[in-house]
Parts: sequence; structure tokens; C-alpha cells
Amino acid sequence: MLDTDFFRRWMTATATAVDREADRLTDLDSAIGDADHGSNMRRGFGAVTDVLEKESPGSPGAVLVLAGRHLISTVGGASGPLYGTLLRGTGKALGDAAEVSWEQLTEAFGAGVAAVARLGGAKAGDKTMLDALLPAVEALGTSAEAARDAALAGALATVPLPARKGRASYLGERSVGHQDPGAASAALLVAALAEAARTDEGGRA
Amino acid sequence: MRMLINVPETVVADALRGIAAAHPDLTVDVENRLVVRRDAPVAGKVGLVSGGGSGHEPLHAGFVGPGMLSAACPGEVFTSPVPDQMVRAAAAVDSGAGVLFVVKNYTGDVLNFDMAAELAEDEGVRVARVLVDDDVAVADSTFTAGRRGTGATLFVEKIAGALADEGAPLEQVEAVARRVNESSRSFGVALGAVTTPAKGSPTFVLPPGELELGIGIHGEPGRERRPMMTSGEIADVVVQAVLDDLRPTGPVLALVNGMGATPLLELYGFNAEVQRVLSERRVPVARTLVGNYVTSLDMAGCSVTLCQADEEMLRLWDAPVQTPALRWGR
Repeated sequence: MLDTDFFRRWMTATATAVDREADRLTDLDSAIGDADHGSNMRRGFGAVTDVLEKESPGSPGAVLVLAGRHLISTVGGASGPLYGTLLRGTGKALGDAAEVSWEQLTEAFGAGVAAVARLGGAKAGDKTMLDALLPAVEALGTSAEAARDAALAGALATVPLPARKGRASYLGERSVGHQDPGAASAALLVAALAEAARTDEGGRA
Repeated sequence: MRMLINVPETVVADALRGIAAAHPDLTVDVENRLVVRRDAPVAGKVGLVSGGGSGHEPLHAGFVGPGMLSAACPGEVFTSPVPDQMVRAAAAVDSGAGVLFVVKNYTGDVLNFDMAAELAEDEGVRVARVLVDDDVAVADSTFTAGRRGTGATLFVEKIAGALADEGAPLEQVEAVARRVNESSRSFGVALGAVTTPAKGSPTFVLPPGELELGIGIHGEPGRERRPMMTSGEIADVVVQAVLDDLRPTGPVLALVNGMGATPLLELYGFNAEVQRVLSERRVPVARTLVGNYVTSLDMAGCSVTLCQADEEMLRLWDAPVQTPALRWGR
């Protein structure tokens, strides 16, 4: 079973990865966007780390809802509402259980990703974060590692696509040949989940 | 990188402190990133709130004051503000008559303002929203996030702001804002790329002797790259692109807008060419505004926005306005 601490570790590992990769995310964004994805995500997950230290949410769902709310309040741009909705949606689907099973997490993460798709109006192949998240949801039933690999593969598969949503969509065909920064950061979030699972004996790593 | 900044992280806050010092008739909340006209909320008046990424100055903080915006929410550089800012702004300017959000069509702005509208309504503020999407350089909106909001934002904020100051109800202010947007089209050209403080180097490389056609206001490359042209040739392309889409049948408001790094000498020269093209196409120009109003940091280049204006729009355009960047008639 996955406890509250597992979800805190997931968020902290995401913050560390985002901080480490911020320059790469910004570089990806400068090719087809407006060169701020790394700094925005770093600011947002920095705030998440701070609030998780200050407050002690008492359940897995509460950790994710709190993290999502702080992303919405600090990131801005499209990433704030989209990542905020992803974590809030996942957290709400988990309810207030003190521990959740891997199957429950898989289902809840699927609900969070569906909420992102509804909010952004994007679908698979539009060159967005969904291109990493949708394959990750599929693979999460197997293992955290499979999800991590699927998300990374999905992010890399955005390279040859023309963007149809978000700022990059204004470049049309000129966005071809560049990895979507949102898909790249989503792959970091899923990799952090695998990292949290690896250090968790109860996880299915 | 050579920029007049301290560190990239405090660029927006530093600018807000500077705005506060220069404009005592504005209330500037540096911590919460809010610029509000000092006499807000004005009894019986609809509040007009806009906002967006910073880096487009004077948009939007420079348009706060009597006759235009009630409040502005500046985000990080080129990044939409967060819903908390807009909810605070709505609460600060609502007199009970409701609030109109003027939102430029970018995914981030749309999502954050939508979330803010829900939250503000939960707190009992009546909110309407108008989406500005005037950029004809976005070819096929079924394959993009839709047309970007650019220069028409100024027309919408000025005209709706004037009507709100007359005490018109929310529905009417919203309706005129929508009409102005639907009557406006824009097209932009870059002669140089943007350097954002966070990145510290140009967002794209524009070789000497080339220009970008169909740019937005976020330092992104445009629709195509072409060999450099003369001011007159650029005006031919830009104005034609706008007219092909707008097809005006009456007088227009014209905005010849600098992107931040193009001198007024060039902008005025370019305006002469714009007026020549409009005259050749038999499009009467009712009013013209030339200057840096909807900018993109240090981008060199310009955009042209035309609005087919009816009698009411012209009257509201001429109405007094007193803001840091736009003031006349008072």
C-alpha cells in the first residue's frame, strides 16, 4: 500500500527533477514557445516543496490536492492550471483514504489525466503533455518503471509532430523537429513517481 | 546578457515598485502583483480587469486609470498571471455592478481567467469575459489554439473602459467589448528576436537581412521568414493581410504599434506607408495611434491593428482617458 509519505516523496522528487532540468525545459520551450517553462515549473514545485514542509496533509489525496492548488497559485501560464488540475484531479479521485493501493493510484491518475484533457481540450498527438501522460496511464498498471519509460518515449515521440495546442501551435509545421516542453516535464513527473516507488517497499517497483 | 535588471527573478516586482513610485494615482500591490486605480471601487461602475504576461508594457498596467482599466494583473514575463491575482483584482474593483475580464487568447490566460471567474463568482462577484483574438497571422484556427490576442486589446480596453465610466451595465460593456474585438484585426512583423530575462539570449536567431512575418507578442517566430524589405513593402504586406480578413466597409481606427525596440522615427515613417496603402485601398482612417503600446520586450518590429469603428466606438474612443500610457481629453 502507498501511504502519505510516498506521495510527499513523489512531489519532492518531482521538485528536485524539475529544478535539475529547468534549463533544459526552458531551452525546449525557447525553440517552440516562449522560453519560460523551466523557470515557471521550478517556481511552482519550489512552492509545493515549501508548503509540504509547512503543512502536514494527512492523506495521499490531501498531499496531491494541496500540491495542485499551489501550482495553480504560483506557476501561471498554461502549465499552472494544467498541472494543478492533474494533481488536484488525481488527489480528489483518491479520496481521503490513509493508504491507497497501486491499482487505486493508477485509476486516480487516469482520472487526473482525463481532467487535464478536458481542461486543455487536447488529445493524443497534439504535441502536448498528454502525449507523455496518456501512455504513462496505460503502463502504470504494469509497473512504475513501465510508466516512466512510456512517458519518456511519449515525450520523445512529440519531436516529429506539428503542435496543435498551446503557444507552439502558432508555429504550425515549424514546430516539427522539437520536443514538446510540457511532455518533457510530464515525463519528469512520472519518472519521479517511479523514483518514489523504488524507495518504497510497498510499491510495485 | 546586458539588461537593466538586478536578477531575472525580481524583474516584475522591481518594475511594479517603479510604477508605484511614478504613478501615485495607482494602487500598486507588489506582493500580490496588482495595479488598481486608486479610487476603486467606483460606485455604480462596472470594473474592467485585464492582465497577462509581463514584457508587453505599457500593456496592461499602463492602461489602468479613469476611462480605461480598473485593474491589471501582471504575470511573470510572458507568463499568464495566476487566478489569485484576478480574484483579488475583481474584489478590489467590484462596486456591485460586476466585473468584465478582458482576456487575450492564449491558452494560459484563458485557463487562469476561467478559473478566476469561477472563484470570483463563488465570492459573489458578477463576472463577464471577453476574449480578444485579432491576429490574422494565425492561419487555420482548427489546427491551433485559435487566433492570438494582440493590438486589438488596446481598442477593447479603451472603448469598453469609456463605456464603463459612463455607468453602463455589465451586459452593455461586455457587448461593446465583443463588438470591438470582432471588428478588429492585426498582423505583426519582427526585425529581431526577443531576449527574455530568464533565458538571457535571443529566443530565435534572425540572420541579418531577413525578417519574420506574422509574429505574436511572445518572442515566438512567425509564420514565415523573408528577405528584408523596405518600410513601404512591409506596409503593403501587413496592411493587405489585415484588410483581406477584415474587409472594412467604413472608417477604421488604426494602431501602428512598435514591438519595443523600434524607434518612433521608424514607426512614424512606417505609419506614412500604412496610410498610403489604406488610401490606395480606399479605406478611410478615422483615428490613428502610433507608438509602443503592446510590446514584446526588446523585439524590433511592428504590428498594425485596424478596427472598423461605428459611431458609438468613435465617441468612446474620443472620451477622456487618464492612464500612465494613454491620456487625452481631461
